[in-house]
Amino acid sequence: MPKSYADLLREARAQVREFTPGEVDLQLDTDSPPVLIDVREASEWEQGFIPGAAHISKSYIEQQVEGVVPDRDAPVVLYCAGGVRSLFAAQTMQQLGYTNVASMSGGFQQWKTQGRSWKIPAALSPEQKQRYSRHLLIPEVGIDGQARLLDSKVLLIGAGGLGSPASLYLAAAGVGTIGIVDFDVVDLSNLQRQVVHTNDRVGERKVDSARKTIEALNPDVTVVTHEEMLVADNVERLIAGYEVILDGTDTFETRYLLNDAAVAAGIPVVHASVFRFEGQLTVFKPYEGPCYRCLYPTPPPPELAPGCSVAGVLGVVPGIMGLLQANEVLKLLLGIGDTLAGRLLLFDALDASFTELRLRRDPNCPACSDAAVEARRSGRPLDVATVGADAPFLLGSFGTVGNPSPEARA
Amino acid sequence: MSTVWIPQVLRANVGGAKTVEVDGSTVGDIVRALVERHPALGGQLFTPDGDLNRFVNLYVDGQDVRYLQGLDTPVGSGGDVRILPAMAGG
Repeated sequence: MPKSYADLLREARAQVREFTPGEVDLQLDTDSPPVLIDVREASEWEQGFIPGAAHISKSYIEQQVEGVVPDRDAPVVLYCAGGVRSLFAAQTMQQLGYTNVASMSGGFQQWKTQGRSWKIPAALSPEQKQRYSRHLLIPEVGIDGQARLLDSKVLLIGAGGLGSPASLYLAAAGVGTIGIVDFDVVDLSNLQRQVVHTNDRVGERKVDSARKTIEALNPDVTVVTHEEMLVADNVERLIAGYEVILDGTDTFETRYLLNDAAVAAGIPVVHASVFRFEGQLTVFKPYEGPCYRCLYPTPPPPELAPGCSVAGVLGVVPGIMGLLQANEVLKLLLGIGDTLAGRLLLFDALDASFTELRLRRDPNCPACSDAAVEARRSGRPLDVATVGADAPFLLGSFGTVGNPSPEARA
Repeated sequence: MSTVWIPQVLRANVGGAKTVEVDGSTVGDIVRALVERHPALGGQLFTPDGDLNRFVNLYVDGQDVRYLQGLDTPVGSGGDVRILPAMAGG
């Protein structure tokens, strides 16, 4: 005898545990909340959903749920609009071997009526959905992550060997605001590696050349150009309002200045440097990992650290390191993965080898130690001369209050 | 015997070698033995007083010797010693 809808519903209720919205709300508030999955259609999800929920339409449960919930014994709660579709979806998950799957009775409608928290998902235009479709397909990025990238602000120090590849990929990824600090003009000898510039722009300001390329690549990006040399007097103003800084400079002085200001402002710096066939890469995340001064308390004499213009560099080396920097920037912005904070990655192009060294915070660091923080807070920043660091650079009392936002400067 | 990795910027001082095999039970012994063999390195690694230059970072098996026992840090047989230079290029 064929079954009716009422029969199927009765069977599902008998097999699947149900929780009220109130019970689910309490579970979500615990240290080990269940995985919450919204099984409604995309058009319903876009009208609002429960914060923290993943979205898999009921029609895609079989295909997609293993990707979202790899553990068959993990507690899972499904919800739909009224509590029926989620019951049937839970049955499907039971058939897939999930042992601890429940359905929320009353669904999102009752959740909302009871005044529980919900939010509207980030919205992308149809064109953006197409442009970033390969990001949207990755669960770790998705619409929320893409919206975060579009809302983020990254500062590139230098539009040279490292900044060029990084700027291209960060722009392509949809980083919404990209600031570029560079006072130089495009030189023919730059074009062997600085791929954001072009032959017909030799003699043009690098910030303008980079802006043209980025805007041609992705009109979603606002480019903020800072045609200045980064110095003690302007570093605090230049970095204000940015979330992540990509250090692609080529002098020690700039690197120390940037470090001190970024540590004081609490902005992470993704650092890379190159020499011929070698590259170094790390992330300086203030107070969570070491800073540049912890790694290199003092700069080497010039003869031991010639720049690219003196020593030369294989063009792909800054290309590779710059893209690894962009990778760290994206992870920091999205809050995913493990960054290189506390680890120094060495690249050797001739061996095609990577080596990792462990970095530590220097408890006596003049920039990021507790004593240095306390000294800045009390308005008496440490002086290089008194802390015994040989680096002849500023350790001023930087703060970024009162500076205009990057967009305002666009 | 331990392997000392020579960064590119210092390689001219050791005849172009990328790695040098050196005997020694501490990183200090190893680096001093290296300098004895390649005196040109001495001025780069040590101060006139014989201390390690502050701009020279030494790693034993991936760990900074500043947070181990400095030049007294022991190095096991087959250990990996790296001289890490700061680089400015970008």
